Amino acid sequence: MARAYDVRRLPGFGAIALLTFVLLYLPILVLVVFSFNAGSSQSEWDGFSLQWYAAAFANQQVQDVSIRSLWLAAVAAGVATALAVPAALATTRVSRFPGQTMIYALINQPLMVPEIVTGIALLICVAWVKVNTGYTGMGYLVAAHTAFCIPFAYLPIRARLETLDPTLERAASDLYASPVQAFRFITLPLLVPGIAAGFMLGFVISLDTVVITEFVKSAGQDTLPTYMLGQLRRIITPEMNAIATLFLALSLVFVTAFFLITRKRG
Amino acid sequence: MARAPDPDRDRHGWKWLLSAPALVVLVLAASGPLLIVAVYSFLSPGNMGGVAWEPSLEGWFKVFFSRDIFDPENVSWNTANLTVFWRTVWLSIQTTLICAVLGFPTAWFIATRPPHRRALWLFLITIPFWTNLLIRTFAIQELIRGTGMLNTVLLALHVIDEPLQLLYSNFAILLGMAYVFLPLMVLPLYAAMDKLDFRLVEAGYDLYASRWRVLWHVILPLVKPGFVAGSILVFIPSIGAYVTPRVLGGGRTMMLGNLIALQFGQGRNWPLGAALAMLLLILVTVALVVYLRAVNAEDEEKRHG
Repeated sequence: MARAYDVRRLPGFGAIALLTFVLLYLPILVLVVFSFNAGSSQSEWDGFSLQWYAAAFANQQVQDVSIRSLWLAAVAAGVATALAVPAALATTRVSRFPGQTMIYALINQPLMVPEIVTGIALLICVAWVKVNTGYTGMGYLVAAHTAFCIPFAYLPIRARLETLDPTLERAASDLYASPVQAFRFITLPLLVPGIAAGFMLGFVISLDTVVITEFVKSAGQDTLPTYMLGQLRRIITPEMNAIATLFLALSLVFVTAFFLITRKRG
Repeated sequence: MARAPDPDRDRHGWKWLLSAPALVVLVLAASGPLLIVAVYSFLSPGNMGGVAWEPSLEGWFKVFFSRDIFDPENVSWNTANLTVFWRTVWLSIQTTLICAVLGFPTAWFIATRPPHRRALWLFLITIPFWTNLLIRTFAIQELIRGTGMLNTVLLALHVIDEPLQLLYSNFAILLGMAYVFLPLMVLPLYAAMDKLDFRLVEAGYDLYASRWRVLWHVILPLVKPGFVAGSILVFIPSIGAYVTPRVLGGGRTMMLGNLIALQFGQGRNWPLGAALAMLLLILVTVALVVYLRAVNAEDEEKRHG
């Protein structure tokens, strides 16, 4: 039977939507394609080559900043997740309590404030602490990234907690499990997908953070994004495309994993 | 109603205890520093950056006004700063509009796919959202630079005779911001359309409304919350943008974020930078309040309507 009138159809919308998808992917696609260019042009194809990847891997500075970025993301996301789990337990599936709104506001605050404002605020504080303690290590970056990752780690954990059936824990207490045992053997195992998702989100966010890092870092503490930002002012070779492509691939792996983990819930 | 003494008071202690570690980190490395920015905006600039601990309104004064170097009593508007404010707000509004115009059909397209395909289309919108903003800005920079793909193609097609100078302009910033923030418009719009009751759309057509009238009088009012949420999600990062205008606008075409950064770099005027940062925070807060009011008004309407 022919459908006479499709109420979901709006003329031209499909075309604009497909154009949007093309526009969304075209710049990234061009970037990736020219990372494999044999020549040094960003617009004329001279044949396939992996030379720019070889150049990127051989570049000592790129190695240093990449390792620093991964290390920082792992530590910040790990700590943020470890802090977000108890906070989520205390604020989800509980009766309302005084100060709850304030806790929400504090946790979500990094999402609301522009990064540039957080960046210069931290710059001011770090400058002050440095003068008074003389400490110039990675601690500042770890603290800044951890605070920034907390809301991103908190949200998936909270979302997972909300779907948990409280009768399971009640059953555990009926069977004489202590609160600690009930948490260890019932709540925690059920919470693992949320915790994994929270960690991954935090990891990607820390890896992407550029403005806060730019203002907090001391000399010699460049991360991959701040290194790239610095390089963008110079003449760019496809080596930068190669670095960006590898970076994209890494993000893609994490985002896909995040989706697969959170989808199983449904 | 007067609040009775909370019988559960001592039972709330554990909630604070469990939240405490996260809150300590947040207060030390996120909220606390913001208060210090507020304080710094009322101090005097130090000689080599930093501040001198003398209270002063000069930082806030310089946000809007400038004094003649030779005659400090001669005060005029700080047109350089005002130009940056205007560019920031205007580019952010334009970015929001472009995202809305492209985002609405895109969200509609996804929402009207068969249910099992929607997840894939949605995933395609989400990927750019989670990939590094700097890399996406870099991709745009490469595309529109003098020797970039866009110029090469246009030259080859004889649309233009010489390369367009697109980089380092308001247009480049606008293009970049619309590109990087577009997913933030599509996602809430899709969420609103996903809940749309298509029987209402059908009813419109049954009553002989044209497609245009149905779109304008039925669909748009129903997905308005998605529009409001999407607009705020695009507008807020736009007025606070730093990376995109820095990469695509160059040194001269600054936005508020870049002007703030400048005061902590070459400008060496921390109180002015702090005051500008507070101004940006106020702009964001106003946008959020407008948003919350719109959401509440919507709820009221539903309750009474």
